[in-house]
Amino acid sequence: MRKPETSTFPPVIKRKVSDPLWVRIVLISLTFLFFVAFIFLPLGMVFAQAFGKGWNFYLECITEPYAIKALQLTLTTVAIVVPLNAVFGLSAAWAITKFNFRGKATLKTLLDLPFAVSPVIAGLIFVLLVGCRTPFGGWLGEHGIKIIFSTPGIIIATLFVTFPFIARELIPLMEAQSRDEEEAALTLGAKGLQIFTRITLPNIRWGLLYGMILCSARSIGEFGAVSVVSGHIRGQTNTVPLHVEILYSEYNFTASFAVASILVFLALLTVAGKVSLEKHFQKHSLEN
Amino acid sequence: MGIELQNISKQFTGYTALQSINLSIATGELIALLGPSGCGKTTLLRIIAGLEGADSGKIILEGKDTTNLSPREKNVGFVFQHYALFRRLNVFENVAFGLKVLERKNRPSKSEINDRVEHLLKLVQMEWAIKRYPSQLSGGQRQRVALARALAVNPKVLLLDEPFSALDAKVRQELRRWLRKLHEEIHVTSIFVTHDQEEALELADRIVVINKGRIEQQGSPQEVYDHPANAFVYNFLGNVNVFHGRIKEGRVSLGEHLVDAPDELKNLDEKPSQTFIRPHEIGISKIRSSETEVIGTICEIRLLGGQIGLNLSCEGFMHPIEAEVPRELYVNLQLSKGDKVFVSFNRVRVFSGDYEI
Repeated sequence: MRKPETSTFPPVIKRKVSDPLWVRIVLISLTFLFFVAFIFLPLGMVFAQAFGKGWNFYLECITEPYAIKALQLTLTTVAIVVPLNAVFGLSAAWAITKFNFRGKATLKTLLDLPFAVSPVIAGLIFVLLVGCRTPFGGWLGEHGIKIIFSTPGIIIATLFVTFPFIARELIPLMEAQSRDEEEAALTLGAKGLQIFTRITLPNIRWGLLYGMILCSARSIGEFGAVSVVSGHIRGQTNTVPLHVEILYSEYNFTASFAVASILVFLALLTVAGKVSLEKHFQKHSLEN
Repeated sequence: MGIELQNISKQFTGYTALQSINLSIATGELIALLGPSGCGKTTLLRIIAGLEGADSGKIILEGKDTTNLSPREKNVGFVFQHYALFRRLNVFENVAFGLKVLERKNRPSKSEINDRVEHLLKLVQMEWAIKRYPSQLSGGQRQRVALARALAVNPKVLLLDEPFSALDAKVRQELRRWLRKLHEEIHVTSIFVTHDQEEALELADRIVVINKGRIEQQGSPQEVYDHPANAFVYNFLGNVNVFHGRIKEGRVSLGEHLVDAPDELKNLDEKPSQTFIRPHEIGISKIRSSETEVIGTICEIRLLGGQIGLNLSCEGFMHPIEAEVPRELYVNLQLSKGDKVFVSFNRVRVFSGDYEI
């Protein structure tokens, strides 16, 4: 005789498609372990050290004139670099995705060069190019233009290092979109600028913003290339990362970490911006 | 004259897309450019629109030489295969786009634009979707909005690049009829590109058959279908049985029988020939009524909607012959697989040459 089946409704479906339990546990704990060891602990240490001598000392450290100057210089650099790179990145992405020309593949590969080259070398390139002992740098110096060991040098080095972010973000996006919409706009009588502002830009705006956020994050944190061209003049050519390094090498740990915490805040801010953009992205890709 | 194309040629790296195309299209005509993929028909359409430049030749729209004008200045409406609606703009903004980008002195007022857009959307039966976004519409609906958008700028010429090929069969047929009706209402000179001979036959006033960058034949659907100029056109315009052979003493062999070659081919002794028979021009019966009938065996029966398709292996023929008979006949004769039948060829066309597609 068969046992009467216990009927459950809805019937319980055993998930056979999922990986075994132990695999899931191992993978999830590994991920968490990594996060704790490499992200939460170090971040916690930064704040623990920064506030090690109390809230007042912390405030003192981050409002000290040199720290403020460094922050100003960093923000100025970002404010100049990001819009410039947005324009460069857009033009590069436009050229690569909308036109056919000789050397296109090479150009596309070279775009990654700033990622591949060590930032220190990137900085050195500019010292060798426009430093005051080179012919071109000398000529500039005679005309009262100083690039190395001053703000323009920092901006140029940062520009170089962060150039690929926006172009890299836009190229796949623009490649995926055919030229149809632009051609349609053209046959409807739109001018170049109208097509760009009304059709092209709206189609890539989230990608562009995303690239700009990544670019800002990197511009704020850039150390190697900037370190070579800046000359570390306190209150003049010190960006926040350089200032942190100087304080640290002077055994001024608490102050160093306090200033570093500003960088952490800025980084968290950009990550937050990135996350909210991603949410927006998803919503839009669902709509379309 | 609506559109006058003179000696249009276009070369792409590696191959010739178009070879001195000459074509005149009357104002208000609906023309189909028909050809296999890669034959240059889309290129020709894009050249007329100015989206592509011709290497040589002239394009005259309504008496005005527009060869070197940009698409912006040509005032043509273009409908794309994949709709190309502006995805960030709603239906209203899509249709209004062409009016809103006009220079201030030519731009209609806001209420005029509203009226025009509403009128156009009514025309394409999409007025209910005015606030929707392209992603919320089906393919057929998108294409109708695209058509309204193209018509908004009062184009002199409407160009449609395989407008229905991305749609499923049922919608395609619906839109085809609907476009024909619309054209009768608004009578704008139109050219559409298609590789679907049925679409061309049903929709167009005139068909221009293109192959390998050349015009093979042009004429009304009736003309082109009933009197194909050459083997390519005959072959392209529908299903066909092809028999390769040689012309001998003014005749070609068809199985064990001989048929007369057309007069212009009679002198071409020993030249290769191709004999064409359309499946629906083959007669089937169970009683022999003439000596020229061929004995065949039904080896396959296929249901083709209203027609029944038969594969016949006939005496004296190497390959099976395809025939199509009305369903009624099929039922009356009680045809089934393996039956012996008498096959008659009601209409045979012979072309010279060994044409391959």
